[in-house]
Amino acid sequence: MDPKIQIRELDFHYGKVQALKRVTLDIKEHQITALIGPSGCGKSTFLRTLNRMNDIIPHTCLEGKVLLDGLNIYELGVDVVEVRKRVGMVFQQPNPFPKSIFENAVFGPRMLGLNHRASLDEMVERSLRKAALWDEVKDNLGKSGLALSGGQQQRLCIARVLAVEPEVILMDEPCSALDPLSTLKIEELMQELKKSYTIVIVTHNMQQAARVSDWTGFFLLGEVVEYNKTSEIFSRPKDKRTEDYITGRFG
Amino acid sequence: MPRESFDHYLGGLQDEVLVLGSMVEKAIARSIKALRERDLELARQVVADDARINQKRLDIEEGCIELVVTQQPVASDLRVIVAILNIVVDLERIGDHAEGVAKIAVMIGDEPPLKPLVDLPRMAEKAIDMLRRSLNAFISRDSEAAMKISAEDDEVDNLYDQVYRELLTFMLEDPRTITRATRLIWVAHNLERSADRITNICERVVFTVTGRMEEIGASKY
Repeated sequence: MDPKIQIRELDFHYGKVQALKRVTLDIKEHQITALIGPSGCGKSTFLRTLNRMNDIIPHTCLEGKVLLDGLNIYELGVDVVEVRKRVGMVFQQPNPFPKSIFENAVFGPRMLGLNHRASLDEMVERSLRKAALWDEVKDNLGKSGLALSGGQQQRLCIARVLAVEPEVILMDEPCSALDPLSTLKIEELMQELKKSYTIVIVTHNMQQAARVSDWTGFFLLGEVVEYNKTSEIFSRPKDKRTEDYITGRFG
Repeated sequence: MPRESFDHYLGGLQDEVLVLGSMVEKAIARSIKALRERDLELARQVVADDARINQKRLDIEEGCIELVVTQQPVASDLRVIVAILNIVVDLERIGDHAEGVAKIAVMIGDEPPLKPLVDLPRMAEKAIDMLRRSLNAFISRDSEAAMKISAEDDEVDNLYDQVYRELLTFMLEDPRTITRATRLIWVAHNLERSADRITNICERVVFTVTGRMEEIGASKY
């Protein structure tokens, strides 16, 4: 299986604080990779380096490489908008825009200059279907995105990401603000989405990592302690620190 | 310690495994004693006590399920619980073998003895010794000891061969001994199977420690 993203010797600093230390790992294509670790271990920072989301934070410094299909996304001359189009992101708090469901779903394509009504209609339906939201909202596309339930809002945000047809979807604790049933829906959706996309998810919920992911990386103090198949990590972790963390003995 | 209550509960379950182990040990020892001393009362007691062994196994299984459901254990915690679930099945089956021996003792009743029993008690002693050490290895997470104990199954197999050959000569010499000799072969078979079950326990010890599922020495029977 080819890696979709290769991370090589990645260092990241917030000012003088080093948040990532020589992180090297491969994100496999059409797989779900979960990143786990205690708060402040660098997993979210790492996630954001995968689509240059950290660029907007002042006084940060990055060294190393992030190769998306072999292209270093930090190379001079790489278009960051293009990177973020290929690598979309879903956040912890569902953050639909205060606009209609329709406008939320087509936000990306509109920003990229698409205005043809018929193709927007088609795009809305396609991305809402892929996000498993279509049947629930198809009769109310003019309704505000903010009027939806939390779980629906999160799926709307996923639809918004899907509309720009990314290759990779980054999810930063996408279920932590959701109830168990909505969480389950998102998790099932992820299984569906991984057929067409590569997914990287940061989660504090160990059971969620075990349930949904194919690969798991355990981060501690900015380093990747262990990265392996999820079934291996959760049944016979090699590193004592991984064992202690996932069995709840520290962290 | 965030997992103190979990550790406490899991420790309790392991203690229960030891209790079950000692019940089974006692069942083997008493079944052979009943056979040797023709103590039918004791034999019937072993048969009756098997229900307690079965119940203990179910109780431990239930405890394991509760721990899985409420605590979602992973890694070595999970492996210990999976090992317990397997070990209690083997212990319960060894209990059944002891019950089998006791039933044969009842069957033989007060028929005249074929010969003084020497190798059968030895097989039982060896099995009891292996059983006790295998459970100690489980508690102390000693996979090397487990491998060693498992290898000792050959000794029980050799005794089984010896008993079988000896009883065969009785039967060849005098066909009137066939019934009694066959019953003793059943006893030997029960003990031999018990030792095989102990090697299963040893495999679970290795699994608990290393995470590897493997057969560590196939019995010749």
